Amino acid sequence: MPRATLLDPQGQAVEHALRALGFGEVGQVRMGKHVVLEVNAATRDEALTRARAMCDRLLANPVTEDYELAVEGVGGSAR
Amino acid sequence: MKRVAVIVFPGSNCDADTLAAARAAGSDAYYVWHRDTTLQQADVVILPGGFSYGDYLRSGAIARFSPIMAAVSEHARSGGPLLGICNGFQILCEAGLLPGALMRNARLRFLSRPVRVRVEQCDTPFTSLYEPGEVLDVPIAHGDGRYVVDPTTAAELEATGSVVWRYVGDNPNGSTDDIAGVTNDGRNVVGIMPHPERRNAPALGGQDGARVFLSMEARHATQHAVDVRAVDHRHLGV
Repeated sequence: MPRATLLDPQGQAVEHALRALGFGEVGQVRMGKHVVLEVNAATRDEALTRARAMCDRLLANPVTEDYELAVEGVGGSAR
Repeated sequence: MKRVAVIVFPGSNCDADTLAAARAAGSDAYYVWHRDTTLQQADVVILPGGFSYGDYLRSGAIARFSPIMAAVSEHARSGGPLLGICNGFQILCEAGLLPGALMRNARLRFLSRPVRVRVEQCDTPFTSLYEPGEVLDVPIAHGDGRYVVDPTTAAELEATGSVVWRYVGDNPNGSTDDIAGVTNDGRNVVGIMPHPERRNAPALGGQDGARVFLSMEARHATQHAVDVRAVDHRHLGV
């Protein structure tokens, strides 16, 4: 997600469009990216650790973005 | 005659113009493919504009891991002149060779038009032939040109005279403090969003950009990094 302190013009444009459609209850809209990673890992913690390294190295820009991680679908068969 | 390496990434589209502008300034300019690992004894390195890797993920985010970037970083660390234009600027920020980042234009539209920029610093290898305060007419062509830094870094950029070019009259993309170009602490790495290679001859509508390339070719220009003294936050070439 773009840092809360930074201008998010995409979020603003969507916010205005939603209001124009009558969704007056909408407050601030912020837009980021949703990246789905399929990770082979022995444990949930290992998957999180590796995903965090991926975010720090490539997926997120620490100057402009914050990120959150969640593990889902644990136990899926490896391909 | 300086040896000038113009790095070509998949999606670079200003590489030919940049090579031509460097050659017009008298340089021995040549292409280096991004998968190469040597700069072939380059005196100067330029990362040209374009859309490397389709701007996927973030502009410049994937190109910064290209094999050639290890040599580019080493060149910069040893004080070698390094210029990033537009997408090249974005790559240098992603690589951590320049502070800050470039985000989507404030009004979301891709902008391709001339802008006016003021030359703020003339002690870099790419601005030494300009006069301080000179206003240039140069084109921009970008969707992600909004320069962003945290307030602490922004204050440091001002205190150290690291803003090289600044938009005047009109801030086209919402950049912090109207910043159009910055340099690093060593003053050998410069990133600019406008395209000087598109304004280096009267036939192209003006030649305000020509001195970017003439500066790097000028004698002693590469020595500025070690010949600069800061006096009252103003950098003087001596």
